[in-house]
Amino acid sequence: MNKTTLGFCTLAAAGLAAPLLGIYPTILMKCWCLALFACAFNLLLGYTGLLSFGHAAFFGAAAYFAGHAIKVWGWPPEAGIIAATLFAGALGWVFGSLAIRRAGIYFAMITLALAQMTYFVWLQMKFTGGEDGLQGVPRARLFGAFFGGIDLADNMNLYYVVFAIFLAAFCLIYRTIHSPFGQVLKSIRENEPRAISLGYDVEKYKLLAFVLSAALAGLAGATKTVVFQLASLTDAHWHTSGEVVLMTLLGGLGTVFGPVVGAFVVVGLQNELADKVGPWAQVIMGIIFVVCVLAFRRGIVGELIALARRTGIRRA
Amino acid sequence: MFDLLGITPQALYSQLLVGLINGSFYAVLSLGLAVIFGMLNIINFSHGAQYMMGAFLAWIGLTQVGGWIGDPEFQLSYWAALLVVPLLMGGFGMVIERCMLSRLYKLDHLYGLLLTFGLALIFEGLFRYFYGVSGQRYEIPEVFAGAIDLGFMALPKYRAWVIVASLTVCFATWYLIERTRLGAYLRAGTENPRLVQAFGVNVPLMITLTYGYGVALAAFAGVLAAPIFTVSPLMGADLIIVVFAVVVIGGMGSILGSIVTGLALGLIEGLTKVFYSEASAVVIFVIMVIVLLVRPAGLFGREK
Repeated sequence: MNKTTLGFCTLAAAGLAAPLLGIYPTILMKCWCLALFACAFNLLLGYTGLLSFGHAAFFGAAAYFAGHAIKVWGWPPEAGIIAATLFAGALGWVFGSLAIRRAGIYFAMITLALAQMTYFVWLQMKFTGGEDGLQGVPRARLFGAFFGGIDLADNMNLYYVVFAIFLAAFCLIYRTIHSPFGQVLKSIRENEPRAISLGYDVEKYKLLAFVLSAALAGLAGATKTVVFQLASLTDAHWHTSGEVVLMTLLGGLGTVFGPVVGAFVVVGLQNELADKVGPWAQVIMGIIFVVCVLAFRRGIVGELIALARRTGIRRA
Repeated sequence: MFDLLGITPQALYSQLLVGLINGSFYAVLSLGLAVIFGMLNIINFSHGAQYMMGAFLAWIGLTQVGGWIGDPEFQLSYWAALLVVPLLMGGFGMVIERCMLSRLYKLDHLYGLLLTFGLALIFEGLFRYFYGVSGQRYEIPEVFAGAIDLGFMALPKYRAWVIVASLTVCFATWYLIERTRLGAYLRAGTENPRLVQAFGVNVPLMITLTYGYGVALAAFAGVLAAPIFTVSPLMGADLIIVVFAVVVIGGMGSILGSIVTGLALGLIEGLTKVFYSEASAVVIFVIMVIVLLVRPAGLFGREK
């Protein structure tokens, strides 16, 4: 059994067992949603080398879309989540085709500015509820049309649905990274002029990666709305964009499991810190950011892989 | 004409003035970003936080320092703050550059962005912890109390001063970089640092000074802003994102370009407030989108 299979099995086992160990399911669901968000982000930064500083735009847009569709239009949750994912993907196509006109630092600034623009739109639109957010999104029955479906009002049912969504999206990302398409993305990250000279339409690949990443970030946002029954401005704020960068960086940029670990650490920390230190939480997040960039660029999983390699060489 | 549009001339002029004030801040801040970017190749995400710190240090100097040193009469006056605060912050910036940023030059430039983002979170969080988010008032210095009557509108003296001061600083910077020997070194260093170093110029020192100067510009803008806007830990965060859009629109290739773009966008924002106020928060971002479609390198930028 190789390491990746082992990782997958550990992940699946941990996900299935976690709520039975007495950990509060809502926190776990938040972790899985943000882990999915971070994995989607990692697909773009870790594997394509594009730093988007506006990924909260897709997370937030899908959260509002799903909330509105389920609450006001009365759509079943599965339809709301799928439509919201497609909506985020479409938004990603628009943002992506604008942002890939510039590279590097400009790319980051453009995505941030576009995300801020959508933030102001949500702030002013009536249906989003402004500062209060879109509250009281019902947890209806999932697949209600088939054999009565699954009752999402039950926390345990909802947990396994959320985990299944995460696992499906995670496998999709894994497949994407290891497909020929993913190899081209990596070549763009490593050496873009060379990828161009080999005849790849780099812009098209970047745009596709961006759309996929945005859609999956949207899936995470829509799922989060169903879990918390709430879509709010926080989801679309640039702080959320910064948080997802932190999760990915802390867990390990360009590693398959890194963002998942990063998301659990960051959510866990925030959860622990919020009661004890209040406003210091932001300072601590900032310090982790600085330490990661200065001394810990491989992240947790990246360091573990490097450690395993070193010991492996010594043994051989 | 005014009657047709249902707008009073007073409303138009006062929004144009607000636009010009905002534009002056955009100009000073985007100029600082451009100067730093030219030399260090990083985007200083903590620029907004450093602007906020400038405003806060001025406020602390005026109201708090006296109590700290046991002499309640002591106040750091507005004029002293205008000089001391940028110097302090410039020194602080140089320490950051030496201890942290200088370790990242060999890596992807994105790490500089991430590091300064982390720093911004720290600064903002610290000031939130000590002073809350509600905001503090900074009294307008007595010299600038009142307004000048221009006939068609009353121009508050302090606002006129802000425009004059920021434009002076902008053009002084332009002169320094485009017309002096030091500026020539700087421009050469932007083009080819290794060659300049080979000629015996101390490039790392130049980089440190450049970052310090950029931070000092942000702090100067902060002190100028203190009497106009409430001094709050959040004052820099949203502003800096708009300034990023300004920088994308103008391109960072030219110093004059940053100044002109900053002022023009401030005015456009002010005009939008008069004619369609709902759009005023997004108008600069919309312009950014249009510029990206038409001229991706920015109005004054060069394709690299």
